[in-house]
Amino acid sequence: MSKRRICLPGAALALCWAAAAASADVTVLRNATIHTVSGDPIASGALVFDGPRIVEVGSSAAIATPDGARELDLTGKVLIPGLVDSHSHLGGPSGGDRSDPLSPDARSLDAIDVMSRGFWRARAGGITTINVMPGSGHLMSGQTTYLKIRKDPRRIEDWLFCDDATSGICGSMKMANGTNSIKDKPFPGTRSRSAALQRKLFVDAQSYLEKLERAREKGEAMPRDLRLEAVAQILSGERRVQFHTHRHNDIMTVLRLAAEFDLDPVIQHGSDSWKVAEEIAAAGVPVSLTYIDSPGGKEEALGWNMRVATILDEAGVDVSLNTDDYILDSRLFLRYGAMTVRYGLAPRKALEALTLAGARALELDERVGSLEPGKDADFVVLSGDPFSSYTQVEQTWVEGEIVYDRSIPEHRRFAVGGEDTYDAHYHTHEGVGR
Amino acid sequence: MIAAGPLRRSLSGLTAAFALLAAAMVWAGDLAVRGDIVYPVSGDPIENGVVLIRDGLVQRVGPADRVRIPDGVRVLEAAVVTPGFVDARTTIGLSGIYGGREGQVRDQDQLETSDPVQPDLDPVDAYNAQDPLVAWVRQYGVTTMHTGHGPGAVVSGRTMVVKTRGRTVEDALLERDTALAITLGESSSRNFESPGTRAKSVALLRAAFVAAQGYRDKLGGDNPPGRDLAKEVLLAVLEGDMKAMITAHTITDIAAALRLKEEFGLDLLLDGAASAHLLTDELLEADVPVLLHAPMLRAGGEAKNASFEAAQRLREAGVRFALQTGFEGYVPKARVLLFEATIAAANGLGLENTLRAITLTPAELLGIDDRVGSIERGKHGDLVLFDGDPFEYTTHVCGVVIEGDLVSDSCW
Repeated sequence: MSKRRICLPGAALALCWAAAAASADVTVLRNATIHTVSGDPIASGALVFDGPRIVEVGSSAAIATPDGARELDLTGKVLIPGLVDSHSHLGGPSGGDRSDPLSPDARSLDAIDVMSRGFWRARAGGITTINVMPGSGHLMSGQTTYLKIRKDPRRIEDWLFCDDATSGICGSMKMANGTNSIKDKPFPGTRSRSAALQRKLFVDAQSYLEKLERAREKGEAMPRDLRLEAVAQILSGERRVQFHTHRHNDIMTVLRLAAEFDLDPVIQHGSDSWKVAEEIAAAGVPVSLTYIDSPGGKEEALGWNMRVATILDEAGVDVSLNTDDYILDSRLFLRYGAMTVRYGLAPRKALEALTLAGARALELDERVGSLEPGKDADFVVLSGDPFSSYTQVEQTWVEGEIVYDRSIPEHRRFAVGGEDTYDAHYHTHEGVGR
Repeated sequence: MIAAGPLRRSLSGLTAAFALLAAAMVWAGDLAVRGDIVYPVSGDPIENGVVLIRDGLVQRVGPADRVRIPDGVRVLEAAVVTPGFVDARTTIGLSGIYGGREGQVRDQDQLETSDPVQPDLDPVDAYNAQDPLVAWVRQYGVTTMHTGHGPGAVVSGRTMVVKTRGRTVEDALLERDTALAITLGESSSRNFESPGTRAKSVALLRAAFVAAQGYRDKLGGDNPPGRDLAKEVLLAVLEGDMKAMITAHTITDIAAALRLKEEFGLDLLLDGAASAHLLTDELLEADVPVLLHAPMLRAGGEAKNASFEAAQRLREAGVRFALQTGFEGYVPKARVLLFEATIAAANGLGLENTLRAITLTPAELLGIDDRVGSIERGKHGDLVLFDGDPFEYTTHVCGVVIEGDLVSDSCW
């Protein structure tokens, strides 16, 4: 079969492709500026993928199009990896309720609505991988869910990274300290009580693991404890902790807990993280920043500093970005990277913060976050420089399929809004809109 | 990007501190700014332009070869110079940085919930000129704000115009009693037992205005009533001495606002108006301008029709509008006008139209364009200095000037 040059960039690709024979699974995208993130930018690059996986990335001139492969000319366009949002609340996740400040057994995957229109904000913003989390109103609000927002989902299983929604570990554990989780009983009333309750839970999980081990030695069965089982996954290093924490001393409390129980946390938000950057770097703990435009709104966010990403990076901290959607808008995820550039971060580091660093925060960097052979064919076609305000996300691809195409009006509306676009049930989390 | 004048550059250490003090006394309000491009907004952009400010007011603006800078006047340089921004509607100064509503930190004075109709509330009595958010938005170019009582009550109080300077509200005040802050829609029903419905909100408002009409009639009669502070304010609105600013997002609520304007002859400013681009014919017919919501306002609920392209659509239809930052209840506590405007600029509005929507148009709509909103002789020497396209994410505001004083001198 001869190679086919199909449509011009900007055309409705999905329609063009529907008209073409669908025999070959290999696609070659040519002549784009490619930011692989894992390597140097390629001025006139080609990206080759076979079905859902990347086969080759390199200079367009050095890459031949295999027989039967479809080929697409992206001259003038910019190609970047699909963005990874390490903290979002899209899809209406929920975790624990008011009955318990510690709800490790509550799984957000049991609540997320994959058909929520909110996910179109992510597609329109170039986001392809999302860590959807329960809120910050609990010391431990529940299990987060890593999602790959593939085309046409029908149920959460269509989007998971894990193999089995029931027995697998499909995300992190959400924890919080500071002001959001301090409230009336049975919740803690102080920061000290917050930490004490968290320590007690980890100690209980240690005992649970010991009992489990003894039972195994004796060949006895032990009744399952779903709460401690999930916490034990943290202690055994199978499940990461995403820790909502803002104020410098709250961040230090996270580092203290991490050292005591050998946790592997990611600092989420980290408004004051710039004040203790050396300590965070020394602990080897990454930070996922919610890049807000102004400080305040609550006591723990007063210390927000626009240079935080640069300060952390200079200290050697692995910095990623998140939307905390709806605190920030998934459609504008690239903007938050641009804001870190505005305040001194190298553009390459900023792009990494939106992609590979986010993937590392979710321990998914073997599969997503950069354009490398063997990784998922998740990428974004941009009209220009990733950090220009005038640049548009033209297409978002997940595993070799277009999930968003701005040239299709029904897709474009999700980028600009208007006319009931986001009329669907709107997510609010605790503490918002009071 | 700011280059200080030769005198200042030659000084250092302690001497500099004393000299600056002296300079401040001698030069207060005197400044020259040269820009690769100067946007006066009232006229065409000027390449290699100079703005000369004397005694806090613009004395000259024009090409560098036609504006002589007097000896000893400090000269600043920038790639782009614009007028100081006018935020067409905010609650900064009343809604403080903490967001505190209980305990020892209570800095949310934009909404009083003891009664749904309180025209007698004056923002002058609550404005905190030293709230950190004032300085925060100033460093991004806001030199004038229309601030005051917030959305969320049928009548939440009044608004005023302040400059983003000064230690007290008296220092900051540019104009008092600019508008009566009215809200139609669901938020009043969330904050009060009554009104519980849209119809009841309008009924309460009509009753208040009708009562004020009755008060006016009695004032002219044989038995004039004692002073009624609330009715005096409503009367000022009915007489056209104060604008009626109605926050309304849905089509239903905007239509109700137009109806009220018709019935009571209100000098109406539509606030928020997330559905305004769907009612452009009606807005043109009623000749009502819009203080359009921040472009990054969260789309959903009553603002379900919010669009990044709303500003451009209003412009295309010919509806007068200004951009604003509004009220935020949580995080981020304050929106930044420059960042919000950037989204409108990048979604069809373009640089010059966007610039107008955050300078001269809001000044016109608020009736303060004789003093601020453009770089013109006799107006306040309020300027913003940029190191590139103001609406690029990665450029910076590198200087903000209010009445000839450099109030922010680092790059943000």
